[in-house]
Amino acid sequence: MAEPLLSVRDLQVRFRSGGQSLRAVDGVSFDLMPGQTLGIVGESGCGKSVTSLSIMRLLPSPPAMIEGGQVLLQGRDLLKLSEAEMRKLRGGRMGMIFQEPMTSLNPVYTCGDQIIESLRIHSGLKGKDARDRAIELLTLVRLPSPEKRVDDYPHQLSGGQRQRVMIALALANDPAVLIADEPTTALDVTIQSQILDLMRDLQDRTGTAIMLITHDLGVVAETCQQVVVMYAGAVIEKGEVQQIFQDPQHPYTIGLMAAVPRMDTARGRLATIPGAVPPPWQAIPGCRFAGRCPLADDRCRKSPPPLRPITAGHEVACWKAPIEGARA
Amino acid sequence: MIETIINRLLVSIPVLFGVLFLGFALVQLAPGDPAAVQAGPSATPEIVAKIREEMGLDQPMIVQFGRYIERLAHGDLGRSLISNKAVSSELAAAIVPTLELMFASLIWSIPLGIAMGTLAAVWRGSLIDRAIMAISVAGVSLPIFFICLLLIQFLGVKYPIFPFIGRGGPLWTVDGLRHIALPALSLGLIFIGPVSRMTRSSVLEVLRLDHVRTARAKGLTETQVILRHGLRNALIPVVTLVGLQIGYLLGGAVVTETIFSYPGIGRLAVGAILSADFPLAQGTILVLALGFILVNLIVDILYARLDPRVQKK
Repeated sequence: MAEPLLSVRDLQVRFRSGGQSLRAVDGVSFDLMPGQTLGIVGESGCGKSVTSLSIMRLLPSPPAMIEGGQVLLQGRDLLKLSEAEMRKLRGGRMGMIFQEPMTSLNPVYTCGDQIIESLRIHSGLKGKDARDRAIELLTLVRLPSPEKRVDDYPHQLSGGQRQRVMIALALANDPAVLIADEPTTALDVTIQSQILDLMRDLQDRTGTAIMLITHDLGVVAETCQQVVVMYAGAVIEKGEVQQIFQDPQHPYTIGLMAAVPRMDTARGRLATIPGAVPPPWQAIPGCRFAGRCPLADDRCRKSPPPLRPITAGHEVACWKAPIEGARA
Repeated sequence: MIETIINRLLVSIPVLFGVLFLGFALVQLAPGDPAAVQAGPSATPEIVAKIREEMGLDQPMIVQFGRYIERLAHGDLGRSLISNKAVSSELAAAIVPTLELMFASLIWSIPLGIAMGTLAAVWRGSLIDRAIMAISVAGVSLPIFFICLLLIQFLGVKYPIFPFIGRGGPLWTVDGLRHIALPALSLGLIFIGPVSRMTRSSVLEVLRLDHVRTARAKGLTETQVILRHGLRNALIPVVTLVGLQIGYLLGGAVVTETIFSYPGIGRLAVGAILSADFPLAQGTILVLALGFILVNLIVDILYARLDPRVQKK
């Protein structure tokens, strides 16, 4: 098996606020293989975005504290790098796309200027070379008439077009890893699929590994090879996309799958998972999902289940797994 | 852009007209009889009445205003009742010192105010932040005449470093610089307060925005992030404030120039009003109004340059 490009090992992140210390990410581990797309799925507040921002070391500290673990980019621990070394990676080897295309670009600079700024820092391109490269990038992300758009300000573009500019910006210096934090959530459905197509296509061409953070299982099914399911700050299941979709093993994942509307079954009320995610200040001795789990027993409530392999490449953190015939 | 400027200038005409009318009315209401001033202390009431008639002061105010505007349209601002010099030449002599004073006050206070506000925002909640905000509160709340008096007391009398009476000469001469130091310091000090406070809150607001995170994700240094993606955006409201404040500065200049016996437009205005020199008072009002309009125009142009969303709507 090939070496992972990006490897997150037992990441621990806490937030301190008003004397309280809240766990946001608790022992998250996963690998991103070269040229692949890894989906990180979970509901709001499960720690997906905190994980991605921790990898980039973009969390404001304080209040955030990365308390433990490793983030290895080709074997180098990013958490041990100096701020200057980390800056070289940001926008260079590691690009990032954010959820809000409407506000993620600076309104007072042209799209071209914002891409050129990144090219200047990392690739040392200047003047006409930088501008040509910016136009090339805008062409790559299929922005119509890029020679003109390069001088446009963000407010002159639509949301989808701005997200294309963001992607161009993130790809400016041929990153090895692209972290996309809910890149399509703020967009219309039709634009969503265009952006996903674009990302897939760009990956085929550039070989960039993508870490895709989303709460949309449809997006995962369409784009990812590997999936990590997070719940309340921890990984509860991970595996290949077919394994997760065809044979989900964690009751939470099973619940998520059941909550997705499907074309091939009779209409009716969508399934829901009763209850809510435990608040981060609440200490949980056992399984985090036990309070909402239909299968939970005393053991689940008392001791936390470790992440363990069920089949090759498929790991789950549940005492009850393997659960037979789980797929609804 | 040129279209915007022309539009703004056209809009300015009624504003100027209104200011002139109000100024005219206020000068009329002020105590003192220009005819008596003109005639001199020993004139008989008959002579005063005759002069009043000659000056058109027996006509209704609206007629007088009409005549004033008519003369103004011909470029005639009248003659000072006191010195009998043309108002235009009196104004011309006073405008350069006032412009110098404005320049000497703003050249250091705007950059310093912006720098202080930015530092306070970046080190929010720290001792530096609190110290800067304390200074700016003092600048906002101390009346200008009090600052002038403090400066005179400490830098003029107790430690006689700077002269505090009159203008030593043009700004580029040593004597000119020494004389302008205290008036420029006092005017600048009242300017720093509002500018640094506005910069601080504006930078704080901008640094929370998503595009600043994008800038960090690009690999910019924190200084680059703050200057290029924080301060650059935060300056937009600051420019508006500075424009408005320059208006107040014109008012502050009246007090400052009077206290320091500085021969500018402000002191000219006060002298003219106190001595019921109507044409001269009216002339200074005209100059101040034009100054205000000009500053606002510059602010609008700068605004469009700083915020592309304004320009291309």
